[in-house]
Amino acid sequence: MIDIILAVFCTIGALAILIAAIGILRMPDFYLRLSVTVKAATLGGGLFLLCAAFYFPEEVSVTTKALAILFFLVLTAPVAAHLIARTAYLIDTEQWKGTIQDDLVGMYDKENHTLHSEIPPQNLSGEMEPESGPDENKR
Amino acid sequence: MTLDSYIDYVILPILAIALLLVFVRLFKGPTIVDRVIALDLLITIGISVITAYSISRGKSTFIDVAMILALIAFLSTIAFSYYIEKRGRK
Repeated sequence: MIDIILAVFCTIGALAILIAAIGILRMPDFYLRLSVTVKAATLGGGLFLLCAAFYFPEEVSVTTKALAILFFLVLTAPVAAHLIARTAYLIDTEQWKGTIQDDLVGMYDKENHTLHSEIPPQNLSGEMEPESGPDENKR
Repeated sequence: MTLDSYIDYVILPILAIALLLVFVRLFKGPTIVDRVIALDLLITIGISVITAYSISRGKSTFIDVAMILALIAFLSTIAFSYYIEKRGRK
């Protein structure tokens, strides 16, 4: 009985990881790739670790270790994704040409990389041309 | 069909196909941040492979390796993003 439940969990986890791998290959844009990847891969790895935690019930240390890895994975994956997405936006990684809206245009201070909630006054002059504005500030 | 052979013949091939697809993105990746997230996903799938293998073999020692890999994945992504931001170009 427990084997069937573990098999179902492993199958869902493997399919989630497969979907994440297909997504990182097929998505047109870095931001879309990141958005697909992190959630699905965390779900897949978490389900596998949950399986391991239930498969070794007589060893409490293994169950604790698997749950600790699960907790650590769930805790750190969004932080890492946020940091790498912020870096990608700051170094002007190009976006997909079908992108409709970019709420962060001009919000980042180019000098010290702080985020403002409104467009800071030194960026207002370059805001007329959002395509070429940040590049000219950089060079 | 027992759980061991199910993992050996169904789950691990699916994970191997996923690893191959991520390797394609790791070699293709137009920018460096693509490669960084491909590496991160590669290590996450590696954790899953280690866990599935330890379930299939019934040896719980491999879970320790998965813990160290999870730590290294987080640390490497943080370090990559910090230094790429310091470098300031693609």
